[in-house]
Amino acid sequence: MDHSSLASRVFRRIALALVLVFFMFPIVWIFLMSFQTNEQILRIPPRILFEPTLANYEALISGHLRTTAGNLEISFMRNLMNSFVLSSAAVLLALLLGVPAAYAFARFKFRLGETIAFTLLSFRFAPPLLVLLPLSLYYQQLGLNDTYFGIVWVYQLIALPLILWIVRGYFEDISPDIEHAYRLAGHSWREAFTRIAVPLAGPGIAAAGLLSFIFCWNNFVFALILASADKQPVTVGALAFVTASGIQYGQIAAAIVLSVTPTLLLALYAQRYLVEGLSLGAVKG
Amino acid sequence: MGMLEIRNVDKVYRSRGKPPVHAVRALDMEVKKGEIVALLGSSGCGKTSTLRMVAGFESVTSGAIALSQRRIDELPPAKRNVAMAFEGYSLYPPLTIRENIAFALKAQQLAHREVSHRVDAIARMVEIEDILDSYPRSISGGQQQRVSLARALVRDADLYLLDEPMGQLEPQLRAVLRGRIKGLLAERGMTAIFVTHDQTEASALADRIAVMEDGVLQQFANERELKNRPANLFVASFIGEPPMNLLETQVAHADGGFCLSVGADMAFRIAGDTLDQAARKLLEQAQSVRVGIRPQRIAVGTGDVRVRVVSNQWLGDQSHVAGECAGHLLIAVTVNRIAARPGDIVPFALDPRHLHVFGADGTCIRHAEGG
Repeated sequence: MDHSSLASRVFRRIALALVLVFFMFPIVWIFLMSFQTNEQILRIPPRILFEPTLANYEALISGHLRTTAGNLEISFMRNLMNSFVLSSAAVLLALLLGVPAAYAFARFKFRLGETIAFTLLSFRFAPPLLVLLPLSLYYQQLGLNDTYFGIVWVYQLIALPLILWIVRGYFEDISPDIEHAYRLAGHSWREAFTRIAVPLAGPGIAAAGLLSFIFCWNNFVFALILASADKQPVTVGALAFVTASGIQYGQIAAAIVLSVTPTLLLALYAQRYLVEGLSLGAVKG
Repeated sequence: MGMLEIRNVDKVYRSRGKPPVHAVRALDMEVKKGEIVALLGSSGCGKTSTLRMVAGFESVTSGAIALSQRRIDELPPAKRNVAMAFEGYSLYPPLTIRENIAFALKAQQLAHREVSHRVDAIARMVEIEDILDSYPRSISGGQQQRVSLARALVRDADLYLLDEPMGQLEPQLRAVLRGRIKGLLAERGMTAIFVTHDQTEASALADRIAVMEDGVLQQFANERELKNRPANLFVASFIGEPPMNLLETQVAHADGGFCLSVGADMAFRIAGDTLDQAARKLLEQAQSVRVGIRPQRIAVGTGDVRVRVVSNQWLGDQSHVAGECAGHLLIAVTVNRIAARPGDIVPFALDPRHLHVFGADGTCIRHAEGG
């Protein structure tokens, strides 16, 4: 590893730094914006040094947005709560359905198995807008429009394929003979699944769950069309800052910081699990 | 009645878009209580499929398997009372070696002291006492294999299935373990089937050896029988080291017997009275047959077959002399050191009494006297 010359090491550092700046800049800039007033943000040229203000966060948390045109009630905290509830419920449901399904696809060869697995994956190919129109019609007839359950259900289009395909890979990496040995010792395959396969694929399941949580959290169009204001997540709720009297950049920035923080933390956490999960292959006999 | 009875079992693997694979064909065998049986064959011969059908990880396409007079081929693996050591070890990664071995015993709800006593005993036998508190990922492949073996042997099962149980071990340890395992199995009257592609291991450990090829059981007998009375050409050429010399011969009648000739240089006379009725009939109908002779049965330095030496190796206790005659390669093994060098002409003696004779379909027409 350390045979590379000094020049190439320096170059690598610089390249890494450039990539980091490129990707981190929007986040840093938004973080800075969230502590500025609209006037400060719209100043030309923009300044790095400014007098920070917590007004944006206050407005979000209290729910009262003061604009030049008057006071505006916003339900950002409720949106944040909705995001949590919807994403968690969706991932939980997807794990309950997806993990056993992934196990089945990994272990058993059955008629149409690959076709079903691929069809589930293909949900991720189609642009969400394509399915939204028919879906909203169905939802209206079924009475699922504007219900938590309806949104959690539609989020399965996002979470289920992801969990199914990632976890399937992890199950396939576990030697079936480990389960065979367990079953020979006097256990049913149900026990082999819950006590051997699931714990061994644990890091993979966690990583898949966290990734699909992030994807659900970031979803915009499904909730925009299928839910009304009181059930919408932050991604949709942020639209409220585009008001008649102008766009509230400061509050938008603060809202983004608040809504990005949990997923960012989760992503960092998931990254650790992903690495751990990938090294699981080394356990194989 | 056997301990394990495999009756007319077939295994066909079907997968979409590919022709079905007939892994095991009409397998019929019976293992007695306390017997150690080796399934011997090259890779893909169906031996592992057979083992897995007995364990219950593969379904039986047709036929029946019974263990202790109890039909098991429809039972789940947990109900078969079979222990198995897997070729890929398949230890439980989150458990220590001790827990891995004790696992099945704990499932049987044995007393704690009994469990640890038995784990210690078996660990001593396979020489893994020092790693009992390690985790599978931190020990070597050879150690994992011994743990896997210990985990199977520690149990009280009706049948022990060992898939390539010693493939990863160093030769010295392998020889020692073979002896100890054989001792343990015999002492406790355990019935065991193990899969191997190593003849030495099969001969050393097994009471009887089932030779398989292409999913078909070729012969099921003890080692001596396999060597001396091979049922067909495959068994004859597969068993024995170095392999049996095989020659294509033309059959001619000669004063009440037969003359089998290889070109103009070699001919073997077989007296008619050394053949039974059926063999004589088969030879009368055949135009050409294959004859085989064990390298150990060829005498070097005497005889009328003159061969040009290709190689001559002294292995410390025996000479392997390979020579060419009429386009055929003959290998002879003798306990004497032979001075010949490549290119030398040396006489070989091929006594017709030591010839095995095989028909065109590979079945044995006549066995050599005394193997």
